[in-house]
Amino acid sequence: MSDPSIFITRERIPGDREGPLSGERVAVKDNISTEGVRTTCGSAMLSEYVPPYDATAVERLKDAGAEIIGKANMDEFGMGSTTETSHFGPTENPAAEGHVPGGSSGGSAAAVAAGEADLALGTDTGGSIRNPAAFCGVVGIKPTYGLVSRYGLIAYANSLEQIGPLAPTVEGAARLLDAIAGPDEHDATTRREGADSDYASAADGDVDGLSIGVPTELVEGAHDGVRERFWDAIDELESRGASTHEVSLPSIEHAVAAYYVIAMSEASSNLARYDGVRYGPETDSEGNWNESFADVRDRGFGEEVKRRILLGTYALSAGYHEKYYGKAQQARAWIEQDFEEAFEEADVLASPTMPVPPFELGESLDDPLQMYLSDANTVPVNLANLPAISVPAGETDGLPVGFQLIGPKFGEERIIRAASALED
Amino acid sequence: MSDQPVPDEEVRHVAELARIGLDDEEVEEFSEQFGEILSAFETLDEVPEIERRDALENVMRADEVREGLSQEAALRNAPETEDGYFKGPNVS
Repeated sequence: MSDPSIFITRERIPGDREGPLSGERVAVKDNISTEGVRTTCGSAMLSEYVPPYDATAVERLKDAGAEIIGKANMDEFGMGSTTETSHFGPTENPAAEGHVPGGSSGGSAAAVAAGEADLALGTDTGGSIRNPAAFCGVVGIKPTYGLVSRYGLIAYANSLEQIGPLAPTVEGAARLLDAIAGPDEHDATTRREGADSDYASAADGDVDGLSIGVPTELVEGAHDGVRERFWDAIDELESRGASTHEVSLPSIEHAVAAYYVIAMSEASSNLARYDGVRYGPETDSEGNWNESFADVRDRGFGEEVKRRILLGTYALSAGYHEKYYGKAQQARAWIEQDFEEAFEEADVLASPTMPVPPFELGESLDDPLQMYLSDANTVPVNLANLPAISVPAGETDGLPVGFQLIGPKFGEERIIRAASALED
Repeated sequence: MSDQPVPDEEVRHVAELARIGLDDEEVEEFSEQFGEILSAFETLDEVPEIERRDALENVMRADEVREGLSQEAALRNAPETEDGYFKGPNVS
């Protein structure tokens, strides 16, 4: 029986023509606009919002012949790592009963893990594709910044986020990426790369001669069982001809702080548009415009969204801007530089995707800082604009573990090839 | 560096800047949590000056008229409209 909590809206949108994705049923995260089909971002604020146009990624899906089968559950506005901040309620992990599916693209990963969808689109601002892919035992790719158009993606933190694929196999994820990648005149941050991509054929499992760097900072702090599965996967890659060496990224201890300052700051600005005038719930507030905006935003936003908007507003406010936002931008530049140096000696970098196995449902909601810290291995990739993939690496105590491979900018083929070596 | 809570009045001030209504319970909770979170952000003080190597370019298109959303489509999600316009709350 199908799990009703995976989709916020179930509605079939047929493909436009026969194409490379004909016959594929695709779940689309509910922050990606679908013309005529409501798109809620997991928020009460947009519970009735029906976009007047398709996101470019959705247009490309239809053009490739895919059938969209519904809009997948997510943390409200992408703000969360468990899909529990959704206004529409949590989704259970199909691969680990009683546990969260990860987030924020938890519905997309669960749809694939449960077999309800063949493929899914998610979005990744600080790990929101790779985290749920790891927790649900599926494959997820965060593309290089600028590879996939963000036109029609409802913004959370523009400078960090990308739309990307989730699938049961590396080859499946690569095929979906082939369909959506490439320049778009509606998104000036897209690049020429990806226009005629053939990522799918890179999934050939050939890692002979591949040089893998392992950032010690991203392995040492991980849960024991997760570390064991990680080193097992490294052994497997070495047995197929890859070599590994340790690398150090000294900047990376600042990644979580830098990420949250930047993401919250961008969120505070992006989410200023929700004032109940162009969309959003009606207000019966009798006050002036400031009071009625505050009332709409009080009722329309959940707690995590309020928390991030307020912290972002604080970080950008007079007297604090340089201390938080300015420093976070410095850290971002430093992290990008550290990665560039690491790629002078390595073809790809590897780490556990998540330092921990999936949380139990309800376990982590009341400690936001602990939740933020669990993003330590995924956020550096977004800060450095790099591509990364999460591929299943077995289980610890019956809970899925993900293995992350990070590539240089537009090095998608490399990480797809390496990840496919870990599949049977 | 400390985990001092952020004073209630500061939380209320930021909420006012962000136009988000908060009840007393939320103010109290955020005051505690913000102290902890901001204290974690303070590790950024140790980040050295980095020379930025941004090679960003503007991407422009010709300034020509193109079809956009119809007025009807643009207004469709608004809770209140009048004579083809969005209707907002009173400005005063």
